[in-house]
Amino acid sequence: MAKRIESLNITENKRLNKDFFILELSGKSKIPDMKPGQFVQVKIEGSPGTFLRRPISVHDVNYGQNTLKLLIQIAGKGTETLSRLQPGDILNIIYPLGNSFSLPPEGQNVLLAGGGCGIAPLLFLGKYLRSNGFQPDILLGFRNTERIIEFNDYKEIGKVFLTTEDGSQGEKGFVTQHPVLATSKYDRIYCCGPDPMMKAVAEYSSKNNIFCEVSLENLMGCGIGACLCCAVDTVRGNLCTCVDGPVFNTKDLKW
Amino acid sequence: MVKLDFKIGDLHFKNPVLTASGTFGYGLEFDDFLDVSRLGGIVVKGITLEPREGNPSPRMAETPSGMLNAVGLQNKGIDYFEKNIYPDLALYKTNVIVNINGSYIDDYITLAGRIGKLKKISAIELNISCPNVRMGGMAFGTNEKSAREVTRAVRAVYQGKLIVKLSPNVTNIVDFARIAEEEGADSVSLINTLLGMSVDVKTMKPALSTITGGLSGPAIKPVALRMVWQVARALTIPVIGMGGIMNADDAIEFFLAGASAVQVGTASFIDPQASVKILEGIESYLVEKGFSDIRELIGLLNKVH
Ligand SMILES: Cc1cc2nc3c(=O)[nH]c(=O)nc-3n(C[C@H](O)[C@H](O)[C@H](O)COP(=O)(O)OP(=O)(O)OC[C@H]3O[C@@H](n4cnc5c(N)ncnc54)[C@H](O)[C@@H]3O)c2cc1C
Ligand SMILES: Cc1cc2nc3c(=O)[nH]c(=O)nc-3n(C[C@H](O)[C@H](O)[C@H](O)COP(=O)(O)O)c2cc1C
Ligand code: FES
Repeated sequence: MAKRIESLNITENKRLNKDFFILELSGKSKIPDMKPGQFVQVKIEGSPGTFLRRPISVHDVNYGQNTLKLLIQIAGKGTETLSRLQPGDILNIIYPLGNSFSLPPEGQNVLLAGGGCGIAPLLFLGKYLRSNGFQPDILLGFRNTERIIEFNDYKEIGKVFLTTEDGSQGEKGFVTQHPVLATSKYDRIYCCGPDPMMKAVAEYSSKNNIFCEVSLENLMGCGIGACLCCAVDTVRGNLCTCVDGPVFNTKDLKW
Repeated sequence: MVKLDFKIGDLHFKNPVLTASGTFGYGLEFDDFLDVSRLGGIVVKGITLEPREGNPSPRMAETPSGMLNAVGLQNKGIDYFEKNIYPDLALYKTNVIVNINGSYIDDYITLAGRIGKLKKISAIELNISCPNVRMGGMAFGTNEKSAREVTRAVRAVYQGKLIVKLSPNVTNIVDFARIAEEEGADSVSLINTLLGMSVDVKTMKPALSTITGGLSGPAIKPVALRMVWQVARALTIPVIGMGGIMNADDAIEFFLAGASAVQVGTASFIDPQASVKILEGIESYLVEKGFSDIRELIGLLNKVH
């Protein structure tokens, strides 16, 4: 799919909790086909300290309504500025960028594991898997109750399992400590979250010989393969997170 | 219709807007966003004899009105370039310029010789100013003796147009520009990135894996403009200006200061269409101001003052 640069209308800005919000964008012209795992490069206006675009995963797409959603965590000045956008405002994005999660072979048992803003691409992925006949389970990890992001949408995809680091909801601990990993046998794990979480899931997968794909969050200069600032060390040498990724098989990463 | 073309010797450019090395990939990455052939030329990313893996990440950091990079000339080497990239580049209907880099003078000589055999490559941009590689690179560009030697050596083996890219990380850039001209360069381009650094106070570590890196973007524009102005006054060969050009007005400042052409760098990361928008903006500026030829603009500052 050809990449394009386009100004979209904000149709909704929904605050989920202190740190998270969802932007819904609507295209003036027909939005392009997107795949789960792909991202957009967002131009941030009105934040003088924010010079470069910011990479944000596609959270959800509704081709019928010609809209897409971004689930964003306030991490600094750029995302903070985005959190103040109102319906009617314009957002300039470059998209769709990057590769995508691969579709499993028929009949496989799949787990989606995510934490923090890493749960963003998993909704789109989950819907995509469902529409291709899979029944994924979803395992979400948060630091504490306050940080939990509303996950009703995920319940429509499959069974949702929850961990919090302080045990205030769901199982206590990290996602890799959730008992569902011991009771269910998964053929594939798709994971996105903070680096330590993805590394733990990668290690678990490799020990148990499970196919595992993660979506990396490297710093990016351009997002289109032009600057080589987003290098990731792999068994095939340095690759670009933005065009060769952001989704990588953990076997290829030198973690 | 305003005239926008310019020449380096007998090499014709349909307009004076080029893209800067390392910021426009091989051009191909931008095909979805613009018609690359509309540009006066593209300078493709820095190439070396052997493949290079570049520096470990993190390789970039955002800084006030700019960015630091420490890519370190990651590229697949000349063999790969000739076989896999050149055939695509040869299809562009514009000047394709190759930015060459090395650790030793012999690397530059071999590279220049091989590029000389590629018919569709219009010129070499001799990079003696990359701050991100330990051996060579900037070392050549910040020492007068080695700058002279490498320019002379490449000139001796390369018949095409030779552009020497100057480092701003020197006390007097005009000295280096003069050396390039004396040694037979057809043009100089400036500036490469300024050596800088940034520290993450949260982790108390340098933002870049290499600690220091190259600063680009609007933050360096005043420095770049000053250097272009100084060099343009001192030389007779055409000067290609760059450093923080984000829009047509920025580019026009460089023309007024004496640049015959400009390169658009970091701006392409934020807007992949920046180069053509700048070209269009220059054209409308000239029309608005009643100029019929961009040459009337070049160095105008020096004529008035
Ligand atoms: C492919 C990809 C997809 C992403 N998808 C999402 C998403 O769906 N939702 C979401 O909320 N975030 C996502 N991110 C992370 C998001 O890009 C960063 O949080 C954002 O760029 C921070 O910008 P800022 O100006 O708010 O923060 P800054 O002020 O620039 O930085 C604040 C802090 O965030 C860290 N940071 C900055 N840039 C990044 C980055 N690119 N990745 C990770 N940490 C960073 C900095 O090191 C710093 O500690 C994604 C990143 C990538 C590479
Ligand atoms: C990510 C990046 C990579 C670069 N790589 C090269 C390179 O390989 N060779 C070179 O001569 N200059 C390289 N440069 C320098 C640019 O060509 C240009 O001189 C500099 O960025 C200043 O222009 P700007 O402020 O418009 O970006 C690079 C710059 C950036 C930001
Ligand atoms: S962000 Fe520029 S190459 Fe990946």
